[in-house]
Amino acid sequence: MTALDTAPAGVTPPTRRSRLVSRTSPARLAVLVAGLIVCLAAVRAITRADDLTSSGTVGAALRLAVPIGLAGLGGLWAERAGVVNIGLEGMLILGTWFGAWAGYSFGPWWGLLAGVAGGALGGLLHALATVTFGVDQIVSGVAINILAAGVTRYLSTLVFEGHGGGVTQSPRVADIATITLPGVSPWLVSVERQHWFLLSDVSGILGGLVTEVSPVTVVAVALVPISYFVLWRTAFGLRLRSCGENPVAAESLGVNVYRMKYLAVMVSGGFAGLGGAFLAEVFANIYREGQTNGRGFIGLAAMIFGNWRPGGLAAGASLFGFTDALNLRSGGESVHALLLLLALGVGGVSLWNLTRRRIIAAVIGLVVTGLTLTWFFVSAVVPDEFVSFAPHITTLLVLSLASQRLRMPAADGKPYRRGQAG
Amino acid sequence: MRRRATIERLVLALVAPLLAVAFAAALSSVILIVSGASPVTTFSEIVGYGTEPTSIVAVLNKSTTYYLSALAVAIGFRMNLFNIGVDGQYRFGALAAAVVGGAVALPGPLEILLLVLVAMLVAAMWAAVAGLLKTKRGVSEVISTIMLNVVASGLIDFLVSTKHFGVQAKGSEQVTTRALPAGAHFPGIPYAGDHVFGFIVVAALAGVGYGFLLNRTRFGFDLRATGRSETAAVASGVDVKQMVLSSMVLSGAVAGLVGLPLLLGETNSFSSSNFKAGIGFTGIAIALLGRNHPLGIAFGALLWSLLENSRSDLDIHDVPGEIVTIMQGTIVLSVVVAYELVRRLGRIREQRAVAAELAAPPPTAAVGTPA
Amino acid sequence: MPDPTVPAGVADSVAGDVAVELVGITKRFPGVVANSDVSFRVRRGSVHAVVGENGAGKSTLMKILYGMQKPDEGVISLGGKPRHFSSPADAIAAGIGMVHQHFMLADNFTVLENVILGSEPTRAGVLDLAAARLRIAEISRAYGLGVRPDDLVESLGVGDRQRVEIVKVLFRGARILILDEPTAVLVPQEVDELFANLRLLREEGLTVIFISHKLDEVRSVADEITVIRRGTTVATVKPADVTSRQLAELMVGSELPSPETAESTVTDIPMLVAKGITVLDADGRNVLDNVSFTIHKGEVLGIAGVEGNGQAELVAAIMGLLPLAAGRLLLQDQDVGGLSTRHRRAAGIAYIPEDRHRHGLLLDAPLWENRILGHQTERPNVSGVLIDRAGARRDTERIVRDYDVRTPSVDVIASALSGGNQQKLIVGREMSGRPKVLLAAHPTRGVDVGAQAAIWDQLRAARADGLAVLLVSADLDELIGLSDTIKVILRGRIVADLDPSDTTPEDLGCSMTGAGGPT
Repeated sequence: MTALDTAPAGVTPPTRRSRLVSRTSPARLAVLVAGLIVCLAAVRAITRADDLTSSGTVGAALRLAVPIGLAGLGGLWAERAGVVNIGLEGMLILGTWFGAWAGYSFGPWWGLLAGVAGGALGGLLHALATVTFGVDQIVSGVAINILAAGVTRYLSTLVFEGHGGGVTQSPRVADIATITLPGVSPWLVSVERQHWFLLSDVSGILGGLVTEVSPVTVVAVALVPISYFVLWRTAFGLRLRSCGENPVAAESLGVNVYRMKYLAVMVSGGFAGLGGAFLAEVFANIYREGQTNGRGFIGLAAMIFGNWRPGGLAAGASLFGFTDALNLRSGGESVHALLLLLALGVGGVSLWNLTRRRIIAAVIGLVVTGLTLTWFFVSAVVPDEFVSFAPHITTLLVLSLASQRLRMPAADGKPYRRGQAG
Repeated sequence: MRRRATIERLVLALVAPLLAVAFAAALSSVILIVSGASPVTTFSEIVGYGTEPTSIVAVLNKSTTYYLSALAVAIGFRMNLFNIGVDGQYRFGALAAAVVGGAVALPGPLEILLLVLVAMLVAAMWAAVAGLLKTKRGVSEVISTIMLNVVASGLIDFLVSTKHFGVQAKGSEQVTTRALPAGAHFPGIPYAGDHVFGFIVVAALAGVGYGFLLNRTRFGFDLRATGRSETAAVASGVDVKQMVLSSMVLSGAVAGLVGLPLLLGETNSFSSSNFKAGIGFTGIAIALLGRNHPLGIAFGALLWSLLENSRSDLDIHDVPGEIVTIMQGTIVLSVVVAYELVRRLGRIREQRAVAAELAAPPPTAAVGTPA
Repeated sequence: MPDPTVPAGVADSVAGDVAVELVGITKRFPGVVANSDVSFRVRRGSVHAVVGENGAGKSTLMKILYGMQKPDEGVISLGGKPRHFSSPADAIAAGIGMVHQHFMLADNFTVLENVILGSEPTRAGVLDLAAARLRIAEISRAYGLGVRPDDLVESLGVGDRQRVEIVKVLFRGARILILDEPTAVLVPQEVDELFANLRLLREEGLTVIFISHKLDEVRSVADEITVIRRGTTVATVKPADVTSRQLAELMVGSELPSPETAESTVTDIPMLVAKGITVLDADGRNVLDNVSFTIHKGEVLGIAGVEGNGQAELVAAIMGLLPLAAGRLLLQDQDVGGLSTRHRRAAGIAYIPEDRHRHGLLLDAPLWENRILGHQTERPNVSGVLIDRAGARRDTERIVRDYDVRTPSVDVIASALSGGNQQKLIVGREMSGRPKVLLAAHPTRGVDVGAQAAIWDQLRAARADGLAVLLVSADLDELIGLSDTIKVILRGRIVADLDPSDTTPEDLGCSMTGAGGPT
């Protein structure tokens, strides 16, 4: 009966807020980035929180943005094919374990490959549950997170115990040599040390980007434009995205929706696995339980922040990576300085709201501005405990400001059965 | 027809979890054999452990906590709302109860009542943040509750430090809140020389209340309708935003109970190490396992805590105890697959049954006979 | 094996160059036989219509021909060679293309992306967008389709989307086109344009298989007509040899039910009054602009309009599912414009939604729970804040009896019922509790003829009983037959008032597209 009698298609729903967040032009983007740097420079100059734009912070931010960005790319691939992948965290965990294990056993480059394979295996499981068996995608993702934690613990007792590791951590993994741009890097660092307004900030930022950069980071950054190219400029990518927009239509045109979804979710897991391997091998040189610390979820948030597009996702990952990096580098002081930036930002938006006669929003915004400013002036540092959740609270703030303007793939998260057409 | 259908549905409902557990056991056996341990020893150890009186107490106590956590999750699940933030909510609730309890001393039952209410209220408020973010700003509760868990951890570490509500006993490394007064102790049920948490009674009552609320009240009907089809619920007059907020708050309130068996029955004070994160995720797993049914969840909680408690016992007998985490993970994943398959099977069977029953009188008979 | 009921002379008339031949096609679903022993031939370079009533098995048949479903028995031959399609890809490769009843387009893709999907022109794996653009422009020009490759599909109207679908099929080099109920969503003028396109395709030597249940249209465009009844072929005829009446009788097997209402029961007691209702969409545009009307006790007010011109929003606004930006809504003397959906229902507004699966039912819930849906505050479903299971069950049994819902019990889940029986349950539910006003949106869409007749009877009886009905329908015969007054809605405004007693579907079509002045 199901095949004979399907619901008549309703009248097209009232046009949803269809201003697709317009793609930013390169010029606008440049202005935006420049403006942000000037603001940071000003805040640093006022507060003397020099680590805000130091090469150390920027380098750490880049390193921390990599796993988040890779998880986000993983989310992008899966969700563009219509599968929500909350199991990214679990796939990240699998990546850390397999990365460390193979890195320790066969060498760091093998570790990266093993991390990718481990993550892809998690992706395969997710695809099996959601695509073949039609399990709710969130439920399956949560189950995979639980399973991944269990599997890695078990494997650790078998493999690491007695070899310099244990249930919760692996032996040390050898380094992957980093790249520093010769000549340029030391010069930038010397300019940075002068603490000149703007000039030192720019040097610090550039210095962080060219000093002791892991080749894996370079690969991860390159994956962003590569993902864009594959998904938007190839036939394969068009088919993959069609599964996330209208799988019924895709199937009616001969696209093998199941295969596309399987591939997408496995690539998704592979990216997350690479992110995990990066965490274990490049960032820490060791696998530790709980190392991922929710970065899979933050990556997902970065993807949502980026409106399901690679460029936006990279921006989101950088933002979260930056706040995460502050944790490591005089966090209390830097985050305290950021309070000023936050107050300026919220204050500006509130004034704009006021001119647009959105009184309630403006008043709330101004109250927040006032409270933030008060906090800024009555204290010298933000407690370490608060710094620890800076990326997470940033995620919440950003999503609560951006969520309503975003457009996810139309069939994202919806279960799809073959032969639904008609 | 009605009785047959009910029996059939019951059988189908039970088949799924049993299959899943069997599958998980089979898979774990393979893994055990591969890693050089004996499945027979392993399973007989687990069963043996579970039938000893002392371990029964430990299992019951742990499952009390888990049961409440799963119940909190299940409230959300019934309307397709994913409260992954039970961890943050329960820990906040427990901390608040510990702090208030350390400061206020009321006569016996009143003190307990006060602490229960405080825990529920604070946890519900923390859950409401995610509810508001979803209804006002459109932020998916999946992401927001996960983020709020981390925020809660940071805030709790901050509050429990010695600068604020924490105290450190001389010679001890542990920072805790001030101890609760004697009146706040929830009496235990003596068994086998030990005590089962008296709070198990409260948990059971919560389960009954949950079943009643969902199946017998208008609120429950609206909640389930929203879970089954949000569009149909809206058309029927359910205010879905209101529903999201109230079920999130309700879920948070139940989450507030999660820490109390331990707080009022054993530790008498809050410390980060005793009230760990992770129980919320366990609750999700158990809710899935028990299919959001109050009795199913009870079985799920018992199974889960039995597996968990037998871990160290297995280690003693030279079986890698971490095999239980694999079992748990496999059970969850296979149970959700099994439920989905059974649901589909049930639907097809029912359609067949209807068609078969109606085949006797000709279908669309109203049209009449062909000319 | 040809169907024995096909008159020999008629079958023989199908001769010459055969493009498609179906022999003995049979398809079963759990509990239902959708097609049994379907056989017919389609000549190359012809427009061949397949007609049958809703649920007769036309769509299943076309899905089989297009490789979306496999037949349990039977053979499909193309150009005399038997073929087996295991997926649409096979059918596309064999030169078959399908324009689906519900458009298969991704809203967030451009026309170009939608057209090339699945057969993309590439260079070294990279999309060759320039080549694709050129091909689309060529096809569009050759058949007068007027399609622009870089438009976002979301921004297109119904007619444009259909042309995109046709381009999609031609882009793949199809020589055989299947059009599944292509006119269902079009107004008469758009239908004429479509038919002009089809004739152009035929002249180019393409074969068109055209599925419909609108007999006049079929007679005007088809070269041959195959009639399907209850899943099997009844006859293949030439349009010149039969009248619409004869076709209809072949299709239904008996007299067609007619929606005509008997004498007027309209009173002068206003039940529902809308004054200047305005509704905005998310972008602040008026989707309903200053709409006013009055429905009296015992009156059926029909709303005619091309889909997407605000009728769905009108129904949603009256139900409280969309907020009013301006205007008042009075139920008798009570202002209900500010009430929640639940309170409006309690005040006496009943609602038959157009999409029963999405808005009318909990498909996985038993019938008695579906009885409660939308009536969660009323006896006998509840007492106080508690659900009265026994009461709800008893009352569901009453509905099943009185409204002839074919079900073995009230404990089966709603999705187990056929579409017609689901709809009868909804009608019965909404009529319970003596509503004052009924909003009926496409009440007989997608149901079988028997259920359609039953639902019409129920509406008539309720109207005679003093119910005020707002009827929204795309079935112009239904609108004209049941309504006491018709208002035409175009771009969110009421543009014409018509008296159904002297209105033809063509007049209505003119008003709906803004082509003709109000009569």
